[in-house]
Amino acid sequence: MPIDDNLARWSDISFETAFVVYLLAAILFIAQLATTRTATLSRAASLHRQLVTATSSTPGYVPVPERRAPSERLGRTGLALVMLALTLHVGSIVLRGIATGRPPWGNMYEFVSVTCAAGILAGLIVLRSEQLRTLWVFVLVPTLILLFIAGTVLYANAAPVVPALQSYWLPVHVSIVSLGSGVFLISGAASTLFLIRIRYLNSAVADSRVGQVVARLPSAQSLDVLAYKTTIFAFPLFGIGVILGAIWAEAAWGRFWGWDPKETVSFIAWIIYAAYLHARATSGWRDTRAAWINIAGFVAMLFNLFIINMVVSGLHSYAGLN
Amino acid sequence: MTADQPSALTSQGRLRRAIAAVRNRWRQLTSMRTALVLLFLLAIAAIPGALLPQRNLNTQAVDSYIAARPALGPVMDTLELFDVFGSFWFTAIYVLLFVSLIGCLTPRMIEHGKALRAQPVRVPRNLSRLPLRHSGALDGSPKTVIADIAPHLRGWRTAVRPEPDGVLTLSAEKGYTREAGNLLFHFSLIGLLAAIAIGKLFGYEGSVIVIADNGPGFCNTSPAIYDSFRAGNSTDGTGLEPFCIRVKDFNADYLENGQAEMFTSNISYQSADDIAAGTWRDYQLKVNEPLRLGDERIYLTGHGYAPEFTVTFPDGQSRTEALQFRPDDATTFLSSGALRFDPPGGTYATADERRRGQIAIEGLFAPTAQFNGTLLSSRFPELVDPAVAVDIYKGDTGLDTGIPQSIFTLNQEMINQGRLVKQDRVNLRPGESTTLTDGTNIRFDGAKEFANLQVGYDPAQLWVLVFAITMMTGLLVSLVIKRRRVWFRVLPAEAGRSSVEMGGLARTDHAGWGPEFETLRTEIWTTRTKTHSETLDTETV
Repeated sequence: MPIDDNLARWSDISFETAFVVYLLAAILFIAQLATTRTATLSRAASLHRQLVTATSSTPGYVPVPERRAPSERLGRTGLALVMLALTLHVGSIVLRGIATGRPPWGNMYEFVSVTCAAGILAGLIVLRSEQLRTLWVFVLVPTLILLFIAGTVLYANAAPVVPALQSYWLPVHVSIVSLGSGVFLISGAASTLFLIRIRYLNSAVADSRVGQVVARLPSAQSLDVLAYKTTIFAFPLFGIGVILGAIWAEAAWGRFWGWDPKETVSFIAWIIYAAYLHARATSGWRDTRAAWINIAGFVAMLFNLFIINMVVSGLHSYAGLN
Repeated sequence: MTADQPSALTSQGRLRRAIAAVRNRWRQLTSMRTALVLLFLLAIAAIPGALLPQRNLNTQAVDSYIAARPALGPVMDTLELFDVFGSFWFTAIYVLLFVSLIGCLTPRMIEHGKALRAQPVRVPRNLSRLPLRHSGALDGSPKTVIADIAPHLRGWRTAVRPEPDGVLTLSAEKGYTREAGNLLFHFSLIGLLAAIAIGKLFGYEGSVIVIADNGPGFCNTSPAIYDSFRAGNSTDGTGLEPFCIRVKDFNADYLENGQAEMFTSNISYQSADDIAAGTWRDYQLKVNEPLRLGDERIYLTGHGYAPEFTVTFPDGQSRTEALQFRPDDATTFLSSGALRFDPPGGTYATADERRRGQIAIEGLFAPTAQFNGTLLSSRFPELVDPAVAVDIYKGDTGLDTGIPQSIFTLNQEMINQGRLVKQDRVNLRPGESTTLTDGTNIRFDGAKEFANLQVGYDPAQLWVLVFAITMMTGLLVSLVIKRRRVWFRVLPAEAGRSSVEMGGLARTDHAGWGPEFETLRTEIWTTRTKTHSETLDTETV
């Protein structure tokens, strides 16, 4: 299958544009976080609206165009930009798939790109309520870092994949694993913020500058619920991805499990997330400790993605970096 | 214990204390906290398995790792850091974990069985303490109210219990499948481990290099036919399933940059009845497409080149041999290897002379040659312009000494002792030859492809898959379904009305039961007013 260089170039342009738009969205969300006014002000405004009982049907009503708070408008624009960026991002993935005539996740550049798209998509689903919108910064910043690494260090030219990857299991296994990893990204971010939020609950530090910014985050409880909900979604998904990988390995490498470094660290990550779920059901471990375990799981996932593929040699070394 | 106490009591006390100690240890082992710690230990213990070279993956990497650390290496080896997944400490952790798991699951299983037969628990005395609660008035006597609530609790397990003063209570519980799913998940985990263990015990894995020239190939008769053979403790290699394989050809397609596009090998095979009948069946072996004969699987795992040489001895007799070279460079397939030629009978007068007149060839092979001066390297992995750069020796190769040798290198000791003497160093292209001073002619004929075949046998593999599927099913059920309880206490009030207290509790750590409670509440309080008159009529009959 020949490579369509023209389409591959458009895919790259689309990827770069998506990156810039994500960056703009992140800046807007940071601005939102910095300008959010305290809740009392907006409450006063709504109280005013309630007191004025006149409606359009009663005389004397002067319609005042409802002005949204500047921070809210920043957030809404940011969200619109994220949607635009995701469209471009998915476009770049699809174009690369068409250009190469294979599923567009055959090397690390492509895998990281797909994982980030999955993370953003999961974010659009779970962070749609306004209360959680301030969390976007913490999803976009790691995504931007990952995409930057993907586009620079990991970048590989559009090319066909090696024989071992030419299987119908490639779209199935890799897409499920990257979707699971993407959702774990949200979960890891939520647990990190949960710990920060808990720390600044203490009144001694709550009045500091950082404390004031932290107070604009969603409540500790909703962060905790978010972390838990995303984990119970990603945990079975990632598990299924690993099992599908084992089925593929049986056909490609002659055994379903051989403690290849990638397999080993996937096993470790899965065990850590299992520990997280068990910790949630153990008294005394439910809050802070569980959050730390969740973060450890996320670190294991990152380790699996970068160190294992780039430093340790194993059967999963498809980075295309040589 | 003091000496003046009766001895019977002492032993009884000791026994009781011992039982108590064992019981406490058991409780400790089967507690969730211990399971958590063991899970962590398992995760941590697996880390060296990912970071250090492992024997089961790459023995050479382990050897060179140890050789590079003369002090630390052997200590690490004693600690089984290079065989992590078979090490005593890794085994200890997962055995403890599974004992803890079984100890935790068995009572839960019994309890779940009881819960399935038991009625939902009594209504708590104080419903206002529950996280989800509501109180209000409904028309009708407590009896009618309960009868009206019941249809809203379809699919719930319910129990109505009277309390003093005409008060009626209704307990309802739902989501028993959650516990069932949870138990299924954990028992499947045990089944999975058992299936893996059985597969490892009775399975084997052998790999063999076959030159792809439709030669005799190999038959799966004994471990001896394999270049490497790894078997479980219950397999001695005597009961191998018989089948034969011949490799007709091997094809590798490459892109311009040298990346492989696909490996294909046409083979013919005979299994079971075919052997007696003498029929051969054809199969195209590819990466990702193994040949499956019953429980045996044959894979194409690698390839390389086997250069062919013809040695013509001074008396005119000649010998031709092709032997696999080891691919040293995975991208260009620059390979190295050695061949040993025994002089034919009649060339030398005595056996001793014949042994000392052996010809040995050692050197490099390049599928697409590139010479840098006289230095050979390879440009491309495909067989385009092959060449060899070899040293030719004459003397005793040492094969008769009984000391095992690598097939890819000559025994350096024989060369050092002067028993194998270098005669020539040449670069040859196909058809080119060199003649030694004694008149022996060595010709490079070209090269053949060889295929690396792996045979695997795992009788429990299907069971591993079955348990993996039930495990994931159990996990999904236990994560999706919520175990929840809802209670009603209906007290008679004035004017044919009842005052109703409603309380709800999700039994598991699951956010998001609130909405369902809310729906149930609205349902009861709105439809109740609609159907009120009818039900009242039927009740009063």
